[in-house]
Amino acid sequence: MSRKLFLEIAIALFLALAAALVLPRVLALFALINATVFIAMAVLALSLGLIWGVGGILSFGQTAFFGLGGYAYAVAAINFNDSLYAVPIALLVPTLAAAALGYFMFYGRISDVYVGAITLTVSLILFNFANSTAGEEWRIGEAPLGGFNGIPSTPQLNVPGNPDATLSPQAIFIVAVFALALCYILAKLLLAGRFGRVVVAIRENETRAELLGYDARRYKLGIFSLGGAIAGLAGILFANSVFVSPTMFSLFYSGQLIIWVMVGGRGTLLGPILGAFLVQAVTTWAGTEPRLNPNAILGILLMLAVMGMPRGLLPTLRLAWGRRRGVQLA
Amino acid sequence: MSVLLSARGVAMHFGGVAAVDGVDFSVAEGELRGLIGPNGAGKSTFFKCLTGQLRPTAGSILFRDRNITGMQRFAIARMGIGIKTQVPSLFDGLTVRESVMIALRRFLAEREARRRAQAILERFGLDGLAETEVGRLAHGQRQWVELAMVIAPEPALILLDEPTAGMSAEETRRTAALIRELNARHTLIVVEHDMAFIRAIAHTVTVLHQGRVLVEDEVAKVLADPRVQNVYLGRQVQPA
Ligand SMILES: Nc1ncnc2c1ncn2[C@@H]1O[C@H](COP(=O)(O)OP(=O)(O)O)[C@@H](O)[C@H]1O
Ligand SMILES: [Mg+2]
Repeated sequence: MSRKLFLEIAIALFLALAAALVLPRVLALFALINATVFIAMAVLALSLGLIWGVGGILSFGQTAFFGLGGYAYAVAAINFNDSLYAVPIALLVPTLAAAALGYFMFYGRISDVYVGAITLTVSLILFNFANSTAGEEWRIGEAPLGGFNGIPSTPQLNVPGNPDATLSPQAIFIVAVFALALCYILAKLLLAGRFGRVVVAIRENETRAELLGYDARRYKLGIFSLGGAIAGLAGILFANSVFVSPTMFSLFYSGQLIIWVMVGGRGTLLGPILGAFLVQAVTTWAGTEPRLNPNAILGILLMLAVMGMPRGLLPTLRLAWGRRRGVQLA
Repeated sequence: MSVLLSARGVAMHFGGVAAVDGVDFSVAEGELRGLIGPNGAGKSTFFKCLTGQLRPTAGSILFRDRNITGMQRFAIARMGIGIKTQVPSLFDGLTVRESVMIALRRFLAEREARRRAQAILERFGLDGLAETEVGRLAHGQRQWVELAMVIAPEPALILLDEPTAGMSAEETRRTAALIRELNARHTLIVVEHDMAFIRAIAHTVTVLHQGRVLVEDEVAKVLADPRVQNVYLGRQVQPA
């Protein structure tokens, strides 16, 4: 492992530890729950950062896996009455869904434009489907799907094996912080290894990668499925800080998600995470100012980002930092 | 000498355009073959058929006695055919070293790949540029990086489509030397426009014209052939 990678992992762990120790003590309950939502969204942004920024696959419907993770968690937790089983199921369902969709798209050698269209369509179908499950007949085991109301009775995580000991919002915040850190570290390690290098090479030039003997379909399927798993994890965290509802699949979220990644910076892993925090913080603040329209603010932010920093916040900062130190950036 | 690659009646039609129109062609193990012909003769298209980038509309291609017609391009690459395409095909966002590493990591572990990559970079005079992004290189240097990537996995058959395009006279001379050196261990097919270059490297030359083989013979004879001069040389280049 290179020194730089080791340092980045150490910093990530330190920040997670600091956040876990400090924030639950200083933030009010409402702010803490909000912070957990921010973190869930940062995990979701990381998943798109991996498949789009790193893998070059633009999914307009990453929320499909976010919502599937959330719903699978809620349904399994209600039925098993223990999140010990619900969590692995909620990771497995979106991963398998992403693998199935990815197999169809990549082994069918569908062009990039259609990948965008298909992922978007799938998330919209799920959105409509989830909205249409209002009746009593729409239940999986004990769990009513609830139509546009979603499942307000989504259970919280519990101490494994002890369903009665549900976690406090403070504990769930800490779980979310470490989930984010863990995903970031895993993604970093993956990128530094052979699989990650090949995924990047395929993003840069798929034809060349194949002419060197790599089956691009396998690598794209791999990174897309991983993206599905991480989006599913984000869905579990979201389900634990709010509750699951059809909005998880909505265009509102899939659109914002793309903005977070664009603002933060494609091709990096930290960029999408920072982008998610930053844009959410700004839009939340704008929502509390009666004279401001959060959507207008979001649009202006996106335009500024695209025109002023087409590579995104983090790559732009890195470039500026390198110049200040007189480093010739290769 | 045994036959390494043979194409029988290979055709590639795009709608009404017969880019390649029934080519019979074979190279023996260890050969260095020149492939020439005017623009639009079908040379690049023929290379694309050989490497699985296009599926021929007719005919068959055998490599080491195995039928590779219509196989996926990555599978053909793994069998030992490497190609430097006419339009340079590179990983612009990767560094020179990372690019060569990708070529090697398919079949080598990290440590061994690092060692081999360093040796290849030195051999190509690219070690000074190893940490530079490929997208920032000058055209001639890009050609070298692509050559380094193609040659790194040591494919049995190397196809070079206009390798000296855009190179300086000095770079062209070095490329000719490299190709001769490679021929000690590899079979090569080289498409080139520069007749002096072809004369310097190749023994046997195949001429394509309108998707068909026009002549195939020793280089001096081919260049002296009036049919070849008619279709291709326009009597600009006098045979030696
Ligand atoms: N993808 C394609 N679609 C239609 N026509 C093509 C395509 N590729 C090549 N051609 C045509 O096939 C002919 C041969 O092209 P090419 O193989 O590039 O020739 P060369 O490499 O000998 O200059 C040309 O007339 C070209 O316009
Ligand atoms: Mg050509």
